Amino acid sequence: MRLLIVEDDRDAADYIARAFREVGHVADQAPDGEEGLAFALDRQYDVLIVDRMLPKRDGLSVIGELRAKGIETPVLILSALGQVDDRVKGLRAGGDDYLPKPYSFSELLARVEALARRRGGRGEETVYRVSDLELDRLSHQVTRGKDEIVLQPREFRLLEYLMKHAGQVVTRTMLLENVWDYHFDPQTNVIDVHISRLRSKIDKGFSQPLLHTIRGAGYMIRDK
Amino acid sequence: MLRSWLWTRASALGKLFNTTAFKLTLVYLTVFALFAAFLLGYFAWNTRRLITEQITRTVDAEITGLSEQYNQGGIRRLVFIIDARARRPGSSLYLLTTFTGDGLAGNVGLLGEGVLEHSGWTETVYRRLDDAEGTEHHALVRVFQLPSGFRLLVGRDLEERERLYDVILAAGQWSIALVIVLGLAGGFFVARRVLHRVDAMTETSRTIMAGDLTGRLPTHGSEDELDRLAVNLNAMLERIEALMRGFKEVSDNIAHDLKTPLTRLRNRAEEALRTGRNEGDYRMALEGTIEESDELIRTFNALLMIARAESGQASTPMTDFDAAETVRGVGELYDPLADEKGIALRIEAPAPMPLRGNRELVTQALANLVDNAIKYARPNPGADGAPAEIVVRAVADGDRVRLAVLDRGPGIPTADRGHVVDRFVRLEQSRSEPGSGLGLSLTSAVAHLHGGELRLEDNEPGLKATLVLPRNGPELPQPSE
Repeated sequence: MRLLIVEDDRDAADYIARAFREVGHVADQAPDGEEGLAFALDRQYDVLIVDRMLPKRDGLSVIGELRAKGIETPVLILSALGQVDDRVKGLRAGGDDYLPKPYSFSELLARVEALARRRGGRGEETVYRVSDLELDRLSHQVTRGKDEIVLQPREFRLLEYLMKHAGQVVTRTMLLENVWDYHFDPQTNVIDVHISRLRSKIDKGFSQPLLHTIRGAGYMIRDK
Repeated sequence: MLRSWLWTRASALGKLFNTTAFKLTLVYLTVFALFAAFLLGYFAWNTRRLITEQITRTVDAEITGLSEQYNQGGIRRLVFIIDARARRPGSSLYLLTTFTGDGLAGNVGLLGEGVLEHSGWTETVYRRLDDAEGTEHHALVRVFQLPSGFRLLVGRDLEERERLYDVILAAGQWSIALVIVLGLAGGFFVARRVLHRVDAMTETSRTIMAGDLTGRLPTHGSEDELDRLAVNLNAMLERIEALMRGFKEVSDNIAHDLKTPLTRLRNRAEEALRTGRNEGDYRMALEGTIEESDELIRTFNALLMIARAESGQASTPMTDFDAAETVRGVGELYDPLADEKGIALRIEAPAPMPLRGNRELVTQALANLVDNAIKYARPNPGADGAPAEIVVRAVADGDRVRLAVLDRGPGIPTADRGHVVDRFVRLEQSRSEPGSGLGLSLTSAVAHLHGGELRLEDNEPGLKATLVLPRNGPELPQPSE
């Protein structure tokens, strides 16, 4: 995956870029809005990571300009302004995801990979499959092997999101945002309990667990 | 010594001259002085013209009369009459000459050169015959050619006219001088007064800028513009001081309460370095470190949220939403958690309940209350073994909406209810529970942001926490006078 990091904080940009390279991605860096825009117009990227407040040209304006030029590369906005309407503004300006500072790299990585995957096109499949687990998005049926699994509506959406991002880490915040549409941080990890319920329904009694907890990051569904 | 004294006086004066009041005075002064000068000049010029006109008219009439006398009685009679008139004292001048210029009668001795050669009006110097040694005077004269070559000169002395002119001119100069002196003095006085008060204000603001926020600008109670400015600035200072105090309190709290987890973080890393034997040990320590820093980040985010909510509603978007749905949503989110702890979570929100506010923040505030209730609920309160129960209830109450969370936990002692909403406050019995001590602070801040309040009451036993929110959102603050 090829990434562009537009961030004026040199240390932060270096750190992110290094971390992305360590997990096998290619990361370019641009220190201001003008340069970031030039890079994004000039080269092909899978995901752009754009800081909201940049010298020379504001992050939102960079995104607006890219969209106006018909470039639909997914953009993740980084911002120190972690308020509800800031996120709304960012998404309205053409951003695809929004991450307030301070963030953890695992959160950033999970979101960037999810964005890149979205572009890859799994989103439109009607049946998701991981190993012998099957989720039919149209009939809302879930089966593991020959057994049908009965899920509550919310559990279904939870599993749907996890399977859509099969093989990728999905963080708790991502689940809260995408499955519940809540953009805050509950004090207790309520998500863990929902996951363990789901796990007991899809993994219990099977020798191979599919729903894994990734320590310090989140969850992942994968076949081994 | 004297020099430095002069220097300070001069710079003080320079400051005075540099004030707006003084500059305005100068402008007005110039305008008024010019106006007065114009007025007096016009007056003087007109007076002079009037006098000249009067002279010409009487002289014309006299010449007409005299030439008639000449026509009737010849040169002899004219000589006689002029002789008689010339003897009278006064400002009238007469001279009758032959065509060669020899005088026949009159009272004029010396005349300007060539005056007699041309008929018509001339202004000239002259000397009276009866005052041969005297000074030269100015006169307006008319020379008239009589038939048969005689020349008749009739005129009037101009001294009166000049004197009047001088008087007016002098009056003009004096009044302009007076205007300037009085104006300057007035400007000086006003400027000094204003400067004095502004200096006092500047002095105070300097001490304030130096860090002493308790200073206030002096007011006179006179309600003039400077006083009103001072009163408003004082009100502003009041607000700034309150904000700064709050800010200091918060940052003290933050510094204190973030130190604890940071120290823990450091200790864990240090311990791993000291006792770690293999990669597995290190990995475990690092994973723990990451978890702890995530906890820290969450605390920071919560603090930021509280600060945002407290800083006012201007930047918080408000929409209309269904509070009952919010209650059901939160209930659904927390149901598995409660279930796991053996608590029955009962949601009572049957009817739609429109509410204007920030859905996100209200949801979070309610979630915090439910979170707390689950944390502190006792799983087995009665002897009959019935499961503990938490009720989340949405009730419409006139123009308010009440979102209540009722539990059967230990509750909050009456004495503590006031300060549990402060940041980082955690009661003794909750020290062992996880949590940042920010939940109730945030909930309370959200309630205030919506123009409502967070009520903590006794549920006998347990806690009844109620978010009371105005149905139509916060009232806009009235613009103050």
